[in-house]
Amino acid sequence: MNPTPVIEVENLTKRYPGRTAIHGLTFSVGKGEIVGLLGPNGAGKSTTMRILSCYLPATSGTARVAGHDVFTESEEVRRRIGYLPESNPLHLDMRVREYLKFRARLKGLSIGRSRDRVDRVLEQCGLTDVSRKVIGQLSKGFRQRVGLADALVHEPDLIILDEPTIGLDPHQIRSVRQLIKDLGKLHTILISTHILPEVEMTCSRVLILHEGRIVAADTTAKLVDSLSTGDQVIAEIAAPLEQLRHAWEHAPEVEHFDIAPCDGDYFRCALTPRPGVDLRPQIFTLAKDNNWRLRELTHGRHSLEEIFVHLTRKDREENL
Amino acid sequence: MQPYLTLVRRELTGYFNSFLGYVIIASFQLLLGLSFVLLLKSADGQPLDMPVTEKFFMTGFFWLILLLGAPVITMRTFALEKFSGTFETLMTTPVSDLQVVLAKFTGSLLFYLLAWLPTLAYPYLLRYNSINLPPIDPGTIVSTFLGIFLFGAFYLAMGCFASSLTRAQVVAAMITFALGLGLFLLSFLSIIVPATPGWQSKLYAHISMVEHMRDFTRGMVDTRFVVFYLSLTLIFLFLTLKVVESRRWK
Repeated sequence: MNPTPVIEVENLTKRYPGRTAIHGLTFSVGKGEIVGLLGPNGAGKSTTMRILSCYLPATSGTARVAGHDVFTESEEVRRRIGYLPESNPLHLDMRVREYLKFRARLKGLSIGRSRDRVDRVLEQCGLTDVSRKVIGQLSKGFRQRVGLADALVHEPDLIILDEPTIGLDPHQIRSVRQLIKDLGKLHTILISTHILPEVEMTCSRVLILHEGRIVAADTTAKLVDSLSTGDQVIAEIAAPLEQLRHAWEHAPEVEHFDIAPCDGDYFRCALTPRPGVDLRPQIFTLAKDNNWRLRELTHGRHSLEEIFVHLTRKDREENL
Repeated sequence: MQPYLTLVRRELTGYFNSFLGYVIIASFQLLLGLSFVLLLKSADGQPLDMPVTEKFFMTGFFWLILLLGAPVITMRTFALEKFSGTFETLMTTPVSDLQVVLAKFTGSLLFYLLAWLPTLAYPYLLRYNSINLPPIDPGTIVSTFLGIFLFGAFYLAMGCFASSLTRAQVVAAMITFALGLGLFLLSFLSIIVPATPGWQSKLYAHISMVEHMRDFTRGMVDTRFVVFYLSLTLIFLFLTLKVVESRRWK
């Protein structure tokens, strides 16, 4: 167990004139975790990150990074974080190495140390070949890596990445994600995104934000488990529709079913059993007995995407 | 100290990495050159009745340089960073607001002085081109440069302040120009308004920048003016600091 969490947020609230961006957020992040902040646009992800990086003050509540308050001990906090804002602002007139060196010196590294660290992050982020190029002439993917390299250059305790893969092409997204995963072995990372597979792939824990509130917070796996409707089974079977309907209607264990036509003479059946029943063996037996062609039989697992839509939509309906 | 020096260096490279820096320096040289040519013309064949430096400033180009140069030099300091978003990455590094303000000001001041540097060659050119010019008093050159420095510092501090108020460089430049021109025009109050024994004419004399600069070019260093312009500079830097800090006010 680690005594001081890297991030401790308590009752954090931020009000802009006429709008409350976040309402009483409370969460903590332990050392070495990769935590995803997930939410639709305008949910308060960027605001939370800006407060944690000491760029904006909170209206009320406290936030601590590595035991230091972001408001009263701001310089201590800033020494310990690497922050990549959403728009990834860079000095476009500088060369890659020149820029990273400038940032390293700004963050207080000595000349020798900054040279070593810049070499290291250039290599880590795959920038060695472009290190002498002017940033303004780089592609978006490379610029994003420069921003990441800047966030890492002073070996911060905490790396805060605001939508790091936005606007990248699929190849670049993969490489940035891999990079983040690698970084997670050494650093604590807080990452925000509205791209769900990203969270499922990279993060160990998720906080789902909606309209400034945390609506769900758990490990990625648990969240998927707790919200899945349990034992829904998907079966793709080639059989006359009538037969299928008849079979499901008369199966006592099937509580609810849904049949949708697939390609050819296949039908896709989504079957929800009574709690605690595994339907799969029965379906197989049924198919065998009736001479149906069964080509797929899977456990329907709710993806994070469905959970997310479920949570954020429910909330919206309650508000109406 | 290290972040401050790093930032000053960044400010200076910013000028030279952009087209703007060269345009500013070129325009400075053009105006200074014109002013020098006018000086040579007016001194053609006639003995000078005042120090060369004063004559140089009487051409008025100094004010054009100050009024137009200061807004253009300083407009980028804060506004550009706010516009491009780099202000956010800057303010989330462990540098204090004071270091940022001072570094931006120092950067612009160094650039301004750099643009003035070629004028140091003028006395030599003058001697080379004239037959019987009396030796130029090095004291007047030093005091003239002190004046250039003080007026520049004041106008640039004003420019930094204007730039910290907005995200648009053009707006920043216009605010600085308006403030600068307004203060410059106040100088003429002491000329237009007839001198009366009251406090008004005293006040007008105290704020007459044209008269102050003339004193500097004559080789007169009045400590009152030195303190006056230094404190105005500090006031504007202080205001800039407060604007930068205001982001973190609750």
